[in-house]
Amino acid sequence: MNQYSDDTAPADLVAGDHVAGRLYTDPDIFEREMTAIFESTWVWVAHESELATPGSFKSTHVGRQPVIVTRDRKNNLHTMLNRCRHRGASVCEKPQGRANGFTCPYHAWSYGLDGTLRGIPYPDGYEGVVEKRELSLRKLRTESYGGMVFATLDEDVEPLADFLGDAKLWIDRFMKQGGGYPIKVLGKHQFRFKGNWKIQLENTTDGYHFPIVHRSWMASVDAETADMMSFMTDPEAITHDLGHGHSVMQMVPGHADLDVDDGSEPLQGRFDELAAELAKSFSDAEVRRLLRAMHGTGFNLNLFPNVAMSSAFFRVLRPVAVDETVIEHIAIGPDGPSELDPLNRERLRIHEHFQGPFGFGTPDDAEGWDRVQRGARAEPAMPILVNRGSAREKTSAEGWPTSHVTDETGMRAAYNQWKRMMRDD
Amino acid sequence: MTEATAAAAVAEPVSTTDPMVARAIDLVWREAELLDRADYVRWNELFTGDGLYVVPIDPDTDDFENTLNMVYDDARMRELRVGRMTEGYAIAAVDAARTVRTVSRFVPDSVSGTEVVLRSAQVLIAYKRRRHDIWAADLTHRVRLSADGPAGDRIARKVVRLVDSEDAVPAAGFLL
Ligand code: FES
Ligand SMILES: [Fe+2]
Repeated sequence: MNQYSDDTAPADLVAGDHVAGRLYTDPDIFEREMTAIFESTWVWVAHESELATPGSFKSTHVGRQPVIVTRDRKNNLHTMLNRCRHRGASVCEKPQGRANGFTCPYHAWSYGLDGTLRGIPYPDGYEGVVEKRELSLRKLRTESYGGMVFATLDEDVEPLADFLGDAKLWIDRFMKQGGGYPIKVLGKHQFRFKGNWKIQLENTTDGYHFPIVHRSWMASVDAETADMMSFMTDPEAITHDLGHGHSVMQMVPGHADLDVDDGSEPLQGRFDELAAELAKSFSDAEVRRLLRAMHGTGFNLNLFPNVAMSSAFFRVLRPVAVDETVIEHIAIGPDGPSELDPLNRERLRIHEHFQGPFGFGTPDDAEGWDRVQRGARAEPAMPILVNRGSAREKTSAEGWPTSHVTDETGMRAAYNQWKRMMRDD
Repeated sequence: MTEATAAAAVAEPVSTTDPMVARAIDLVWREAELLDRADYVRWNELFTGDGLYVVPIDPDTDDFENTLNMVYDDARMRELRVGRMTEGYAIAAVDAARTVRTVSRFVPDSVSGTEVVLRSAQVLIAYKRRRHDIWAADLTHRVRLSADGPAGDRIARKVVRLVDSEDAVPAAGFLL
């Protein structure tokens, strides 16, 4: 089977329910994705809690371009290319921290938190040559929704709220796992795998692999947690295509909206000790609300192209090369009084159990993805199938194409967006 | 500070040939070989019941409980981890890299009749599918010495500080 010739236009390599294997292996396609996707749409750069106070910053990437995200003295968020306007040195090499601004180490041009060029040493050589105000760090449009901060290199792209569209409702629901408190970042795991970024993009909406790849994790958790993740044959467990490449996969539909609680669900026994500890400071209702959210929400919300709000954490992908991707697993928890510390400690332990380079889940995912990248080199023109459940897909009352949680509806949603963005026109 | 007080502030270094230290080093080397051989059941037996095995992310913290780590294992988690590494369901462990590690640059931190705290350097090469990855780390072992001799010596705490702990590392099918 070889339905794609070498000169097939990239957008035509995606056909609804199958895509060419070359999408994982072709360096030319990767180059085009960097501009047509990662430099042309909203890319997640931070959670607001990472920039909690004026003067805080974080360095990260938009596609392959290094950026700094800052909060200035007036509380405004900025995203700027991490590249000096003189001869191109990076102005910040710290992953995060606090600063009054950034001074380039090479010739000490200094920039404010909003990227404004403040000072040039020995400025006489520049008299009549440069205008300081034209040499701010290159700024990216930056907007946020529900604490999620996105930036884009495309000045003319639609407002973030429009791009998120129906995903906004699910962002609101996701944040309810704070149990009445805002969410804050507790720490992050980072790992790299030798594979294409879209393999990870697919995976956050892949319910099908869970009991197979994560059998080792399932075998290591308590029966209640294993039972919670036993969605394979649950007809209520469904995935919606939310438009713009976004999708939501509901593994635990009863936890889709954590405010909905008829009180019938028992709290997991593993949290008994924690419940007793919290009961010293919180009402029974508050404790119940916090503990029902210990595993996060009951869904993975996948936002095209680089972030998933995945049960109890954020999963961020960064394309490095056609066959190399860096992933962050960012642990989160409620941002409140110190009486919540025991709860956040437990959330850290739950996160460590599955996620990260030595978790009980992540290395097995990474092995699966490594195998996809290696296998896809065999005849890259052959299709990758993302057709599972396409015959049982229905439109939900909200108008979302919907199918079972093990189906590949979310992947089809992402590839449809990919196709729209990779078109030549 | 006068020369006299400066000298007084520096404790007499303990030699690696100290018999207690030598026992701790022997244990660390036995442990390293068990890990390279993926003999995780016997590896786990080297820990005390209250032993901790930690691979932190934050290079500056000792408060592992309140921070996110790559590994933060008490006896219960170690037991589960050994199960994961050996039971045959975990595809990363089934197809794990082969490793060879060298532990050296031993510096005794403290020595008593019952306990040695030992710092060292570990250079590990992991080979899988035509790739060699380097994992460099500072190790600290707290070794509890047994009154019954070296066979009873146990690890009460092992902390592995990767030089690149704050960067992205490969997801691993072996242990550090
Ligand atoms: S390159 Fe930054 S000041 Fe010269
Ligand atoms: Fe997975």
